[in-house]
Amino acid sequence: MSKPVRDPYTGRMTTGHEWNGIIELNTPVPKLVLLFLALTFLSSVIIWLLAPAWPGLNSYTKGILGIDQRTTLEHSLEKSAIKTAQWRTDIETLSFEDISRNSALLATVRDHGERLFEDNCAMCHGPDGKGGDGYPNLVDDQWLWGGDPETIMETLRVGVNSGHDEARISQMMAYGRDGILTLEQRRAVAAFVISLSSSDHTTPEDAETLSLGAEVFEQQCVSCHGPDGRGMQSVGAPNLTDDFWIYGGDITSIDNTLRDGRQGVMPNWDERLSLADRKVLTLYIDDLAQGASQ
Amino acid sequence: MISQLTKTERETALFLTALLTLSGLTLGLLGRNDLLGYHGALLAVAGMSLTFLLIKDYYKPEPDPDNRAKYYDDPIKVGLVLALVWAVIGMIVGDWVAWLLVFPEATFDAGWASFGRLRPVHTSGVIFGFGGNALIATSFHVMQRTSRARLADNISPWVVVVGFNLFCLMAATGYLMGITASKEYAEPEWYADIFLTIIWVVYLVLYLRTLARREEPHIYVANWYYLSFVIVVAMLHILNNLAIPISLGHAKSYSLFSGVQDAMIQWWYGHNAVAFFLTTGFLGMMYYYLPKRAGRPIFSYRLSIISFWGIVFLYMWAGSHHLHYTALPHWVQTLGMTFSIMLLVPSWASAGNALLTLNGAWGKVRDDATLRFMMVAAVFYGLSTFEGSFMAIRPVNSLSHYTDWTVGHVHSGALGWVAMITFGSIYTLTPWIWRKERMYSNKLIELHFWLALVGTMIYVFAMWNSGIIQGLMWRAYNTDGTLAYSFIDSVAAMKPYYVARAIGGLMFLAGAIVCAYNVWKTAKLPTVTEYTPDKPPLPARGRPSAAAQAAE
Ligand code: HEC
Ligand code: HEC
Ligand code: HEM
Ligand code: HEM
Repeated sequence: MSKPVRDPYTGRMTTGHEWNGIIELNTPVPKLVLLFLALTFLSSVIIWLLAPAWPGLNSYTKGILGIDQRTTLEHSLEKSAIKTAQWRTDIETLSFEDISRNSALLATVRDHGERLFEDNCAMCHGPDGKGGDGYPNLVDDQWLWGGDPETIMETLRVGVNSGHDEARISQMMAYGRDGILTLEQRRAVAAFVISLSSSDHTTPEDAETLSLGAEVFEQQCVSCHGPDGRGMQSVGAPNLTDDFWIYGGDITSIDNTLRDGRQGVMPNWDERLSLADRKVLTLYIDDLAQGASQ
Repeated sequence: MISQLTKTERETALFLTALLTLSGLTLGLLGRNDLLGYHGALLAVAGMSLTFLLIKDYYKPEPDPDNRAKYYDDPIKVGLVLALVWAVIGMIVGDWVAWLLVFPEATFDAGWASFGRLRPVHTSGVIFGFGGNALIATSFHVMQRTSRARLADNISPWVVVVGFNLFCLMAATGYLMGITASKEYAEPEWYADIFLTIIWVVYLVLYLRTLARREEPHIYVANWYYLSFVIVVAMLHILNNLAIPISLGHAKSYSLFSGVQDAMIQWWYGHNAVAFFLTTGFLGMMYYYLPKRAGRPIFSYRLSIISFWGIVFLYMWAGSHHLHYTALPHWVQTLGMTFSIMLLVPSWASAGNALLTLNGAWGKVRDDATLRFMMVAAVFYGLSTFEGSFMAIRPVNSLSHYTDWTVGHVHSGALGWVAMITFGSIYTLTPWIWRKERMYSNKLIELHFWLALVGTMIYVFAMWNSGIIQGLMWRAYNTDGTLAYSFIDSVAAMKPYYVARAIGGLMFLAGAIVCAYNVWKTAKLPTVTEYTPDKPPLPARGRPSAAAQAAE
């Protein structure tokens, strides 16, 4: 063990310890550090006095300010509710027509509706509402359940196959998996479904297939999709004669639909969005649709 | 390496590898209908390969008993190489997930390539694989040199190095298969946790036994820091991972805690993982390699001691700053916040102690990229702890939490502090333990330094920007009280910063690869015989001399 020596550069003494060549200066703790420690400790004490801090056996020190994050949150929710109260009550009480005629409210609908839609709906229906694989287009004039504002509001409230007590039930059976139709019948009715929306099914062997398909359709499908295949909003069955497909309109996709069935799930928003928010969304969808059709 | 073991030691090692194989087989059998089976197989294969290696060299001549009077550096070499291997893997995956945030669709529709599985491969790879191996390797070096004593035995260092890396391997491969306990930084499942606990206890006992053999009257402060890392990590690891497996044949387990208690224990763990894995361990590294490299005495012995106790005491209370504005009671948050503020003082005292130690060696800092790595590390340590204490203040946290600001803070600590101090130490240590005159190329160290520094700056500035923009966008309201931006708007706004971060990260990664190459080439340089950076171990006082022990 070496003796304390003076470090020539700093002029300080070393501690006299040495470890494989490492030595230490015996510099006292700088005043600045102690001051800094006192200051941070003091500010902590002040914070402890002001805010909830130290636990006891049954409770904790509440702090002079009497703040508590739960009440703070409630206050700020109240404050923000006051800010939005005016337009919220207007939207809740006015009819859809009246809102559409009120340009100030309409501006809120467009603005707030866009936020709501992007935050809650766009991940399924797409940012422009045009849908995609598995999710319906909301901006065309074809509706599964109906496109008038009241019906859309109701769809939003209860959802589809959503587990909500009053949920809309959408049930497209698994004709293949459950053995209701043979492979041949399925192929034929799929071809028939395609022929409803496209006219280039003109080869000779098609005629026979199509007539078998039409027969199957007559027996199995009209109860939901309607005699002309235009769908039925009471059961949420889509129009099969247009060129929009939720699950794809090529023969394989349609065959998959027929084989395994389809049960689209649209979440319910009854408790997650307020009445005003759902109304804003309904109007926003309408607005999007008008924008899309222009 | 096996030739450095005596016959008895070879037999002990064989027994242990047989035990490993057997445990692996048992686990594999129990878990044959579960993903657990793969990890059983992994352990069994590892056990068998090691057994094979041991048998192959079993009849080699025994080592020269005189060797036992020297320091034991083989495990250090292996640990150091593994640290670099994990650094490269961990950072490749880091940059990969960085690009995934730019191109989220680039997952080839494969489960293993999803962000959620790759991200923990990155975090565990760099923290445990890179950081852990570097800590283990340097601690073996520091404990021997500052005690002037050889490692207490020749088997436990290998148990620690091999076992720890098997743990890392189980962690990383498990995540890719979808095995996770879903606690951040504690994702490995119960069997891997038990395995690590055993390894860690061996590590602790080895450390204590080596210190007990020391010939120096005092324990150098670096050892205090390393020891706190070993002890506290053991405590945190065991407590946070208490869980009940759904059966012995399944990888899945459920935490013993639930709700807010679970969250609090997780972040008590999480924050102290930062404190005792990413901070005190690396401070231990700094307290040895920085003064050695600079050739200067530690600025203040007293400062190093009070900072140590300050850090150890205050960090323990700070975990709740990760749970501000949650279901956690308000008073716990206040305590977490205030202790985080006080924590700044010992943190800055440590950074200051390091920088002031460089007084009288600033010329060296200018010329020597290795020392500059360590200097910059101390600066980033100061920066990230200041930032951390600031972010721990509740109103500030309400802006920073959930944003990229946190990620920026993490990497200013992880790249700027943890990785830089490690690279500096690796460049110092490599020629010493491989007995070379110097590193293969100083130019490459210089290149690495600038890649690392610029990469870190780009990364951190990009994340500060994106984090603050995110935070501000989320809290922006219109006059009618409606939100000004949707969440997806804020995601879209991040894109340029994510590109910048991925480029900065690529530079940092390139630097790490340069380092690995340089170390590789150094190991191949001609060995210097008369090379003595160290004083040799002191002849033993009370205990039988190492040579006599070996002859027993
Ligand atoms: C998880 C995905 C998902 C989300 C999120 C979602 N939807 Fe839907 N939505 C669907 C699916 C699937 C259907 C089709 C249900 C069916 O088969 O009848 C649907 C149907 C609808 C319909 C009925 C369309 C019609 O033609 O009658 C409306 C209206 C609608 N969604 C609006 C919304 C709005 C507004 C939101 C946001 C608040 C939203 N959706 C969020 C999946 C989703
Ligand atoms: C019980 C009522 C019901 C019957 C019967 C029924 N469907 Fe459907 N079908 C539906 C509903 C509801 C949907 C919408 C499912 C969804 O959106 O998830 C649907 C969807 C489809 C679709 C997918 C449309 C798209 O846009 O992707 C096709 C194709 C289809 N049906 C064809 C048929 C054919 C062919 C038959 C007769 C073999 C048939 N359906 C019988 C209720 C029915
Ligand atoms: C090549 C350099 C690196 C790159 C490109 C990189 C990239 C990333 C990315 C993209 C994330 C995910 C961020 C998010 O979820 O938004 C991340 C997280 C993380 N990285 Fe890195 N990283 C690098 C190096 C490191 C190193 C060296 C360490 C540690 C020593 C580290 C520690 C972490 C940690 C702890 C997290 C989790 C952060 C959190 O949960 O807030 N990284 N990194
Ligand atoms: C005085 C010291 C420090 C304090 C008070 C501190 C404080 C904080 C705070 C407040 C957060 C954000 C919590 C949140 O909002 O979720 C955080 C996150 C984090 N910090 Fe620090 N920090 C300190 C030093 C460091 C250092 C040196 C590192 C080294 C790498 C580090 C690594 C991390 C990591 C990895 C996270 C992310 C945790 C997560 O996954 O969410 N911190 N820290």
